[in-house]
Amino acid sequence: MKLQINTSNVVVALVAAGLVVLPLYSQLTGNIFILTLFTRIIIFALAAASLNLIMGYGGMMSFGHAAYLGIGGYAVGILAFEGIGSGFIQWPVALVASALYALVIGALSLRTRGVYFIMITLAFAQMAYYIASGMSRYGGDDGLTIYKRSNFGGLIDLSNRVQFYYLCLGCLFGGIYLIWRIINSRFGLVVQGIRSNEQRMQAIGYHANRYRLVCFVISGTICGLAGALLANNTDFISPAGMYWTRSGELMVMVVFGGMGSLFGPVIGTIFFLLLEELLSQFTEYWALIMGPLLLLIVLFARGGIMGLLGRFNRG
Amino acid sequence: MVLVEQSLNGLQFGLLLFLLAAGLTLVFGIMDFVNLAHGSLYMMGAYFAATFTAWTGSFILGVLLALGATLLLGIVLEFVALRHLYGRDHLDQVLATFGLILFFNDAVRLIWGPAGLALPLPAWLTVPVQIIPGVYYPAYRLSIIIVALAVAALLYVVVMRTRIGMLIRAGASNREMIGALGINIKLLFTLVFGLGAALAGLAGLMQAPILTVQIGMGENILILAFVIIVIGGIGSIRGAFLAAIFVGMIDTLGRAFLPDLLRTVLSSAAASTAAPALSSMLIYLLMAIVLVVRPEGLFPAAKR
Amino acid sequence: MKKTFWLAGAMALALAQPALGADSIKIGFVSTFSGPTAAIGNDMRNSFELALDHMGRKMDGKPVEVIYEDDGQKPDVGKQKTEKLIQSDKVDFIVGYIWSNVLLASLKTAVDSKTFLISANAGPSQLAGELCSPYVFSTSWQNDQTPQAMGTYMNQKGVKSVFLIGPNYAAGKDMLAGVKSTFKGQVVGEEYTVWPSQLDFSAELTKAKNSKAESIFVFYPGAAGVQFLNQYAQAGIKAQIPLYTAFTIDELSLPLQKENALGVPGAQQWVNDLPNPENKKFVEDYRKKYPNLRPTFYGAQSYDAAQLINSAVVAVKGDVTKKDAMKAEMEKANFKSVRGPFKYGKNHIPIQNFYLQDVVKDADGQLALKTVATIVKDSQDGFHDKCPMK
Repeated sequence: MKLQINTSNVVVALVAAGLVVLPLYSQLTGNIFILTLFTRIIIFALAAASLNLIMGYGGMMSFGHAAYLGIGGYAVGILAFEGIGSGFIQWPVALVASALYALVIGALSLRTRGVYFIMITLAFAQMAYYIASGMSRYGGDDGLTIYKRSNFGGLIDLSNRVQFYYLCLGCLFGGIYLIWRIINSRFGLVVQGIRSNEQRMQAIGYHANRYRLVCFVISGTICGLAGALLANNTDFISPAGMYWTRSGELMVMVVFGGMGSLFGPVIGTIFFLLLEELLSQFTEYWALIMGPLLLLIVLFARGGIMGLLGRFNRG
Repeated sequence: MVLVEQSLNGLQFGLLLFLLAAGLTLVFGIMDFVNLAHGSLYMMGAYFAATFTAWTGSFILGVLLALGATLLLGIVLEFVALRHLYGRDHLDQVLATFGLILFFNDAVRLIWGPAGLALPLPAWLTVPVQIIPGVYYPAYRLSIIIVALAVAALLYVVVMRTRIGMLIRAGASNREMIGALGINIKLLFTLVFGLGAALAGLAGLMQAPILTVQIGMGENILILAFVIIVIGGIGSIRGAFLAAIFVGMIDTLGRAFLPDLLRTVLSSAAASTAAPALSSMLIYLLMAIVLVVRPEGLFPAAKR
Repeated sequence: MKKTFWLAGAMALALAQPALGADSIKIGFVSTFSGPTAAIGNDMRNSFELALDHMGRKMDGKPVEVIYEDDGQKPDVGKQKTEKLIQSDKVDFIVGYIWSNVLLASLKTAVDSKTFLISANAGPSQLAGELCSPYVFSTSWQNDQTPQAMGTYMNQKGVKSVFLIGPNYAAGKDMLAGVKSTFKGQVVGEEYTVWPSQLDFSAELTKAKNSKAESIFVFYPGAAGVQFLNQYAQAGIKAQIPLYTAFTIDELSLPLQKENALGVPGAQQWVNDLPNPENKKFVEDYRKKYPNLRPTFYGAQSYDAAQLINSAVVAVKGDVTKKDAMKAEMEKANFKSVRGPFKYGKNHIPIQNFYLQDVVKDADGQLALKTVATIVKDSQDGFHDKCPMK
């Protein structure tokens, strides 16, 4: 991938630089909330980026990605509840649990295609939601408060706002770098090849579903990481965060930014969550604007914001 | 006795789900269009019925007006927004109609307020009826069963015995072909969408006196309707009918008998908590199993 | 393109808004103002606004500024709004919270920042027990208290057996456990339904009918309560087995439940016709200010929350940095509550009376809730021993 100077790259660079210096701005102006808000945005951006890997590059429309946020979060929450506070245990468990769940769900779901795939991933996520609601030891529907954030010894203090912010930002950049490496590797090219023409790739001798499954599991694992971060950010985990509308919101973030564009989900998440925050300050009826906006973006701006930027560049 | 009554409960719930699923599967099968806003039409049907019944003072008149209003709304919606989404990929459709759900929920809140409405039944529908000696069943639930069965029969006749039905079937199996035959496909699509909307509205207003008329009422049940058409095979009315009754039965009988069943193996307290979670999972589990075994549902419409 | 930049600029501006009015009392209010349960949030806001009107919108001569935030009934959103109010708006008090899970998610933020939080509804057991805090007060109750009162009433009435039905989530389990802890008769059956997706209670009603229980107890807040009562009446069970409730019939659900609710008793710490002058003023002025609406217990609790804050502000003469003095004042519950006088336990949960309410036709032929009797006096929650505060 050759780096070009065009509008979309400039915008991406500006946004990335803005995210890096944000804590400085927050310190200077004393506006702590902007840091809190953007920590949450960054975590959701990581989740959206993981969804983009399978949706944008793999052609797999998962309608159940909120489940991984929940699984990663519950791994941290449950271990903390049982007295295991070390992040060196909590986080690997969160990743492995998400990966295992993705492996089982993926193996079953990938037998189907198209809208059946959308529905079966939704069904599994709803099952995860009901299981979480049924865990009365861990608060059931009321959720579980996490009194102490993951402990990484003297390495990093998650209770420190700025340190936690940079940890999340590091995870986001790391996640995007990983995805960039994947889509430009031979493996990634095969996955993208399967998306555009499955039969041809099968004919050449690639076992399409195996490639898809690996991609699905990687995506789920990254999203599980976002879940672990989110649980630490909210100090709380509940089944409400796994409901199907949350999966829908993640899809919206990806599409807002531009599906199949590396930085699209980050831009889309910033746009979606800021817009939600902003509209809800103007009016309680913010969905009255958000809903039709979504329809319009789907109808007229198929590449999302990144697509618009690209068009501007060409035009 | 208990089994008879619980089976009737299951049948009634299943038939109601069928009304919702039938419209969904028609639109899906013929236009290849995923319409999440189907649940919003269901909600609008209920709101219209409550409003018109209050205006006219007559339940029957209110219901008829509401059916017409939902049909009209469906046609307008199709004409203004949704027809531009035919031929797009399913993701676009899911997102755009997800946006419509947001819109409809807030529009309803703006117009009717957040508190919800009531749709009271006329007195002759509120009494329990003795169906077999010793078993009483609510008259209104019985009337749901009758109306839904009548609609199912009517749909069957329309789809299998009329020219429109023939076109619909042709459209479901090969869209290009009926276009090539010189049929006004746009008009057919609009009509089918309107029909689907009216069916959703009917389901909503039938359910309204049992449940309430409230914002977001379409969302939970929409997911169930999707489960049904996926189990039944997309585009198949027959599949939707059988799957709906199956799901209604499993859901109701699961709730009725699972707790007692679990109590024989678990402690009473553990069983009472585990049972509802398990019975609500049963349906999703059923769908997962069906899809794993038959990735295109039980009764796939003819291959495209 | 330009539009994107413009929008980004507008957003940055909106987020960078400086804090307004230096010398005012700032109160944050977190509740649900969107979605199916927005009616509850609206009632709480209406009542809070009315309380401010009654105070001349001033506390100890200082103007009051309230910032309302919508939690959308989601714990993580509620937590974020709480953070915004504390970190960005720098509020002195934070009030509201309908839902236990939203409150539990938001609690740590408030306590860590030493901002006073007043729960105007949610009463999870943790709040009364191990999570009690000097900075947290309740103007409502702990979940178990209301159904315990109902169980006591059923004993008083000589009910011998009961069939329990409730939703399968934490508050639902608390409610059913609450009845069981005081009811002395036999519990014939206990059914939990899926929350919030289960709409149809026919399976449970059929079971209850065939269980030969003498009575049924349910807990279904909001729209579910309307659905349950509709189905209970339509199935013809209303004529056979009497129903006892907690949080199932209130002024929001009654216009939808209509005749179905007639004669169905419930327990509550506040009823609209409690005969004290403050309550009369509250109810009358509410109905004047908001025609067609009637206040609910959610509203009454919010009205009291405003009064509680006012008592603290007045005690420190408007110097809201004196947190210890404000805490000491609030612990006295030194204001005229619309429920009548009550005391605070050491865990800052009210010790209060519970009343029996019934649905009757009022003078205008409209359905209304009416106080019938006092079930228990000075009820205290069962978790105060677990609270480490003295």
